[in-house]
Amino acid sequence: MAILLIAEHDNAALKSATLSTVTAATQIGGDIDLLIVGSGCSAVADSAASVPGIRKVLVADHAAYDHEIAENVAALIKEIAGEYSHILSPATTNGKNFMPRVAALLDVGQISEIISVESADTFQRPIYAGNAVATVQSLDDVKVITVRGTSFDPAATEGGSASVETLEQVSDTGLSRLVSEELAQSDRPELTTAKVIVAGGRGMGDKAHFEMLDTLADKLGAAVGATRAAVDAGFVANDYQIGQTGKVVAPELYIGVGLSGAIQHLAGMKDSKVIVAINKDEDAPIFQVADYGLVADLFDAVPELEKSL
Amino acid sequence: MKVLVTVKRVIDYNVKVRVKPDNTDVDLKNVKMAVNPFCEIAVEEAVRLKEAGKATEVVVVSMGAQNAQEQLRTALAMGADRAILVQSDEVLESLTVAKVLAKIVEEEQPGLVIMGKQSIDTDNNQTGQMLAALTGMSQGTFISGLEVSDNEAQVVREIDGGLQTLAVKLPAVLTVDLRLNEPRYASLPNIMKAKKKPLETKTPADYGVTVKAHTRLLKVEPPAERQAGIKVASVAELVEKLKNEAKVI
Repeated sequence: MAILLIAEHDNAALKSATLSTVTAATQIGGDIDLLIVGSGCSAVADSAASVPGIRKVLVADHAAYDHEIAENVAALIKEIAGEYSHILSPATTNGKNFMPRVAALLDVGQISEIISVESADTFQRPIYAGNAVATVQSLDDVKVITVRGTSFDPAATEGGSASVETLEQVSDTGLSRLVSEELAQSDRPELTTAKVIVAGGRGMGDKAHFEMLDTLADKLGAAVGATRAAVDAGFVANDYQIGQTGKVVAPELYIGVGLSGAIQHLAGMKDSKVIVAINKDEDAPIFQVADYGLVADLFDAVPELEKSL
Repeated sequence: MKVLVTVKRVIDYNVKVRVKPDNTDVDLKNVKMAVNPFCEIAVEEAVRLKEAGKATEVVVVSMGAQNAQEQLRTALAMGADRAILVQSDEVLESLTVAKVLAKIVEEEQPGLVIMGKQSIDTDNNQTGQMLAALTGMSQGTFISGLEVSDNEAQVVREIDGGLQTLAVKLPAVLTVDLRLNEPRYASLPNIMKAKKKPLETKTPADYGVTVKAHTRLLKVEPPAERQAGIKVASVAELVEKLKNEAKVI
């Protein structure tokens, strides 16, 4: 058995979601080859080679793979899929974009966002916004799988000595091209790996008031997240969204402010270790999952909390 | 340009699903069903393209049991022109759905296929990408913005780090995210009119597609329940608990 794992990276290093996927691959068992695909991504190879448990690092560095254009990346993966029994990728927006394309090119299904490995062909995954957990057995020869990063501990980054191989073939379909990218700039920790998260909902009122959470987050060294309602209302950008269709987070401490706790939002944060809810509506569903609930006007409570830290 | 759009009949997004006591699946008996919210956004976008004179016809497709007709009628009431129901009482996995859609694409030759990025029941997020692969089309996934010109579409995609704009060649498969538009409510006259719009019923076999299982569902369980904790009376008490009891700050 051999596993091909498609890395999520930023052209400098592997993202934490990749290391979590390595852990999932280790639980499946077999040789693990790590594919680094992108444009200007060769620098990732060295650090990737030192991840324990990797047999080979494959590097496909070409302009055709810039920003991991799905059509080209999927075509490349299909080319090299060969003898692999499993193809894994983190369930990031990149993985979610190209992996189903890979599955269809190989005429197999895809098992999306697994949260546990039961055996080499059986996995658990959340369905219905996490209100049910399905145990699913793959009947395909090749198992194409995306992995939820927060459900697996990240693998170590030192101690391994994989070989590095450069892939020469280029798959350029010419179907799509990048026009522009607007990436959020922030000195705060990344939402999906942050130890502490402060998240706000519609109750924040408006964009200016939402910024109150920034100050609190900075005091706590936290990332800032939001509900769909807050993003839709334009308080913050889409990359803040936590929930069924946004980001899934599992920090040590999650502080939800002015958010009711719709099931779609809970789907993205209920695995947090400690949940704090601040809301003036004592019947808000968020209190049903909160370890510590404070029924209070957030505009009094948040400044007070910030001062007492 | 013809636009093909898909709708899936799913549990209403306000309903919290329950797992059957024998853990074989979730219980959908007597549960309110609706158009998958992402599909609704897809239909809205297709209808807007027609209203803007960019699309000539909007064809809506659904697959599943006979009662999925209700969701097709909703799409017709929103402004789609005609509907195709591919009827089957079997479990249709994403790849099978994509294979049938690929055949419909071959017949209908749409310039754009617009789909929801995921359905809120299985949460798979894969059928659109699979259809794009099977037809060799370009794909624009998780889009929150769309501009269509002669031979390409510019799409704004919601990605982990922010927003990305791609130019995809037509024909293309697009999967929509939440912020692309706000779907309209169908008016009563339009609901009445929709009843007269053509709705064709087919089967996967009509398209030469065999329904194949790629997975076996072994078990469905409720997630580990979180116990509600305590209410604190003040910010001071909260800080004290976080420091000394939970030890997280």
